[in-house]
Amino acid sequence: MAVGELSFELGKGEVLALIGPNGAGKTTVFNCLSGFLPPDEGEIYLEDRQLGGLPPFLICQMGMARTFQIVKPFLTISVLDNVMVGALAREKSTATARNKSLEIIDFAGLSAWTYKEAQGLPLPLRKRLELARALATRPKVLLLDEVMAGLNPTEVDELIALLKEVNRQGVSIFLIEHVMRGVMALSKRVVVINYGVKIAEGSPEEVVKDKQVIEAYLGKEFLSAQGS
Amino acid sequence: MKRLYLLLAAVFIILMLLPLFLDNYALGIFIMIFFWAYVGQSWNVLTGYTGHISLGHALYLGIGAYATTYLAQTFGLTPWIGMFLGGFIAVAIALFLGFLGFRFGLRGVYFVIMTIAFAEITRLVVSHIEALGSFTGIFLDFNPSFYNFQFRGNIPYYYIALGFVVASLIAVRILEVSKAGRFIVAIREDEEAAQALGVNTFKYNMIAIAISAFMTSLAGAFYANYIFYLHPNSLFGMSMSIELILRPIIGGLGTLFGPVIGSIILTPLSEISRAYFAKGGLEGLHLILYGVVAILVVLFMPKGIIVYVKRLLEPILKLSRDK
Amino acid sequence: MGGIYGLIALGLSLIFGVMGVINFAHGQMMVMAMYVSYWIFVLLGIDPYLSLGIVAAVIFVLGYLIQATVVNRILDYPEAMQVLPLVSMGLILENIALLFWGPDHRSPQTALGLETLWLGPVMIDVSRLIAFALAILITILIFIFLKKTNIGKCIRAASDNRTGAILVGINVDRIYNTSFALGAATTAAAGVLLLPLMPISPYLGHDFTLTAFIVVILGGMGNLIGALVGGLILGIAESVSTLFLPATLKHAVSFSILIIIMLFRPQGLFGGKK
Repeated sequence: MAVGELSFELGKGEVLALIGPNGAGKTTVFNCLSGFLPPDEGEIYLEDRQLGGLPPFLICQMGMARTFQIVKPFLTISVLDNVMVGALAREKSTATARNKSLEIIDFAGLSAWTYKEAQGLPLPLRKRLELARALATRPKVLLLDEVMAGLNPTEVDELIALLKEVNRQGVSIFLIEHVMRGVMALSKRVVVINYGVKIAEGSPEEVVKDKQVIEAYLGKEFLSAQGS
Repeated sequence: MKRLYLLLAAVFIILMLLPLFLDNYALGIFIMIFFWAYVGQSWNVLTGYTGHISLGHALYLGIGAYATTYLAQTFGLTPWIGMFLGGFIAVAIALFLGFLGFRFGLRGVYFVIMTIAFAEITRLVVSHIEALGSFTGIFLDFNPSFYNFQFRGNIPYYYIALGFVVASLIAVRILEVSKAGRFIVAIREDEEAAQALGVNTFKYNMIAIAISAFMTSLAGAFYANYIFYLHPNSLFGMSMSIELILRPIIGGLGTLFGPVIGSIILTPLSEISRAYFAKGGLEGLHLILYGVVAILVVLFMPKGIIVYVKRLLEPILKLSRDK
Repeated sequence: MGGIYGLIALGLSLIFGVMGVINFAHGQMMVMAMYVSYWIFVLLGIDPYLSLGIVAAVIFVLGYLIQATVVNRILDYPEAMQVLPLVSMGLILENIALLFWGPDHRSPQTALGLETLWLGPVMIDVSRLIAFALAILITILIFIFLKKTNIGKCIRAASDNRTGAILVGINVDRIYNTSFALGAATTAAAGVLLLPLMPISPYLGHDFTLTAFIVVILGGMGNLIGALVGGLILGIAESVSTLFLPATLKHAVSFSILIIIMLFRPQGLFGGKK
């Protein structure tokens, strides 16, 4: 069983981070939430509507969008065309979708690449594209799966700023992240899981000091070596 | 962009005027160029744009041909209407195939084999139906008239075939820039990502296969009333399925003009080499040539010839930023 | 018949298992084998069963060449583009046969061709019996080859993990060539076994390629035992179906089985990997 006892809430407009060692089951959680993996037990609610068992596209249409850990750009088409696919989830006409997409591309700092093929983009820009696409679907909740992985510190800071703005505009964010700087800077609360089970929850500062969390990441030996 | 339209218009006008200068044989070659370009385009709508490969597309061509012929012979129904009825049957079967394939998540190879299986089963079943000619096939009577979709001489067929091609280009272009078209391309690029962006991939896969089947079956009506002979092996067989995918792949899969370019290059090659070699008693040679050309193109020009055509035309047409 | 199907499928499965390529020219390679064997029989008077080794070797070389020149380059291509060259290859082989031997059916009259045997209440063609026995024998030989010999182990390594195999120093290209050739040779053997049983024509290729697919999917892609068992099952199913339906429809039955399997158990009876 990849994920066992797990339950939590994401408040409206909140930023919640999900952390845990590799293989803890974080992406599985995302897959359940976004409809790629129907949960065997339990319920998922988005503002009073049941999401469990629904197919991914419906979940997106209902307002929960996600990005992927390994980015999945539409390679042979342009950045604009990429974002338009997301925009068309909301807009009725291609023309309005186009305008909306251009706005979002601008917001994400991708304007210079608007008409370039996605496969020509380096990784950090592909991550932005992934984010822009998800934003184009005008989500209420954004699930970000290790969106900062593989970025250098400057890129991470830029992304943090971008995400703060996204949150400020009313999007609730739930992020899986290993890059701690991002977690500390963005999240109000953090949930820690290991072996598919929640082992801690609280503010970033609290969680980082939690014994069980440290043990999960660094092992019992570390704790005893520390003399606690 | 405007220059491209001018070029296309010029080509169109030339094509409209060609019958005044060409003999029946040459027109026949053009007709086949248009025919295969159209059929290839229809197939392209599914495989080129969604990425689901169909190697059993002869199925729809056959349905179109047999349906219109049956309706014409039994009820005297004009193929002009019959072909739409055939189209509906083709769509129904395509949706069934699509349902099985897409609902059950058959990917890649499995989907291909499913398409082959459908075509083969149909071939075998039709071979056993008396009313559809069984093993001997159906010979159509030649009663030229507009109502019968049959004509003396190649000129009318030429214009009809040209019409088919032009219509298909327009239709596919409209599809390309529409919401449906964009979703369909997204499916090809990354079906999961598309789903995560709110695209109902099942629905759009079905739309694509339905359009593709419909378009293909219309060509079946043309085929029946141009070739005048139907046989399950030639209409539902793998050879037909393979024949009709060669041009779009060589020309450029998933592109608007790919099938057309592919047909312009391959069809004359095929027709002429067939006539040439058959005379010398070397029957299969033209197919070997075919095969070799196909392999060479895939090995050395995997994106299709259209890439080179674009490069050639780039300076003249200034095709830079578009859409 | 089932044994022969199994053998053909074995070849296909081997190729797919190692390289992930669907050999659409498989049936046509078998037909080539049949023609070569026929030729040998007609020209030299050697019974097909005896010339099996030679024919298999010839087709082995053919397969090697095909892999080295064409297939190797398309290994990384998306599936649609892989299909076309192999299909074209099949087309080419088919028409080479056509060119050399003409479109008519040919039937060699071999020594054991028409003999039959009574096994209890059932009458069996000797040739079918031999075919079945040899098919199983060859399959076992191949298993042993893959499990015990060095090359066999290399093949298995390369098919499991290409990068790993390269890192360990295995010449992956050569292994691929060999695997393809082996797959081809297996199919060739099947063809030779088939020779006494049915008249050859250049167009047989298609049918057998498709049948091979059905068996492979039935047994599980890339699973070799599955191929054999699948072949047997299909052979039996087809024979049984001739009791109810006209013989010419038996392929329709196979295809229907194929569809059902793909829908409900796509990994085949023995599959599970990948």
